[in-house]
Amino acid sequence: MRLRDIFRRKTNSPQDIAAQRLRLVLTHDRANISPGMLEILKDEIIAVISRHLEIETDKVMVSFSEDNRETRLMADIPIYTARTPRAEARGREESRLREEPLD
Amino acid sequence: MPGKIITISSGKGGVGKTTTAANLSISLAMLGHRVTCIDADIGLRNLDVMLGLENRIVYDIVNYVEGKCRLRQALVRDKRFPELFLLPAAQTRDKNAISIEDMNRVAHEAAELSEFVVIDSPAGIEHGFRYAVTPADLVLIVTNPEVTAVRDADRVVGLLEAEGWAPAKLIINRFQHDLVRRNQMLDSTTVVDLLAIDLLGIVPEDNKILSASNQGQPVALDDRSPAGRAFRDIAGRLNGEDIPFEAIPRQTIFQRIFRSR
Repeated sequence: MRLRDIFRRKTNSPQDIAAQRLRLVLTHDRANISPGMLEILKDEIIAVISRHLEIETDKVMVSFSEDNRETRLMADIPIYTARTPRAEARGREESRLREEPLD
Repeated sequence: MPGKIITISSGKGGVGKTTTAANLSISLAMLGHRVTCIDADIGLRNLDVMLGLENRIVYDIVNYVEGKCRLRQALVRDKRFPELFLLPAAQTRDKNAISIEDMNRVAHEAAELSEFVVIDSPAGIEHGFRYAVTPADLVLIVTNPEVTAVRDADRVVGLLEAEGWAPAKLIINRFQHDLVRRNQMLDSTTVVDLLAIDLLGIVPEDNKILSASNQGQPVALDDRSPAGRAFRDIAGRLNGEDIPFEAIPRQTIFQRIFRSR
């Protein structure tokens, strides 16, 4: 360790990068699915779910989780409910507020 | 009781399988065991050179399998340990010269003659790997702390589990404590957590490995070699001894500040 290293935060050290890359490569190897295929899978999941539910497509997360060599496919799909401020509704609300400033 | 059959494997080439096989065989012999090591890398034999026994070879494993000699004739006795034997690979044949059944039979016959049989597997995950792991009671997976080597090790772990082969333990070779400390190299905890198998030993990078293989005198014979010590510790653990992992050497504050690399 050099003097300047002592004062430098090491969030993206070669060690961290190696660990992140390794984790990702192993996940895809074990599940036998390429990163590009995962994106296609995600788009198809969105398409199927959208037929039945209104979902926030841009917030959908599809990933793998690993626990002691057991791999799971995790999909986090936020659904619009009556109480979810929809993007367009939110937009209207904000523009209304801008047009009608509070006294 | 037949001896224990241990296969040294890795997936990736060049991570130190043959070095590990040679040093564990020597270390187990140093503990007083009767050991037979089998070079399963047919066509690319090297265990003989690592052990310094290349000039003593008369027959090889393919000669034996094809019935041209008896097992005792093919075994090369070590010049340092009279209870250590090498069954050499054939150099001018390929992996297809031996079937899975052949290797299974040879390994179990060797186990009748010894307390430990150490099989040096070829790189890769094809036929040579398969015949090397089939007879094993335990597979030692050698890896280096780098993304490519760990990835290939993971393939081997996955295959061993999927095919219901022997349990696997991990040896991390060419480990550099100073690079890990400077966050330049994967640390052992990350590697062990990701592979999710038991760690059997960490072998530090050691310049003495090169001169050892040049001279045919494995580092396990060298009292002052850190790698040699790590291999002897691994042999002790295989022997059932409870040997603690060596603590990471600490640096003084002086070394930390004035390190020149």
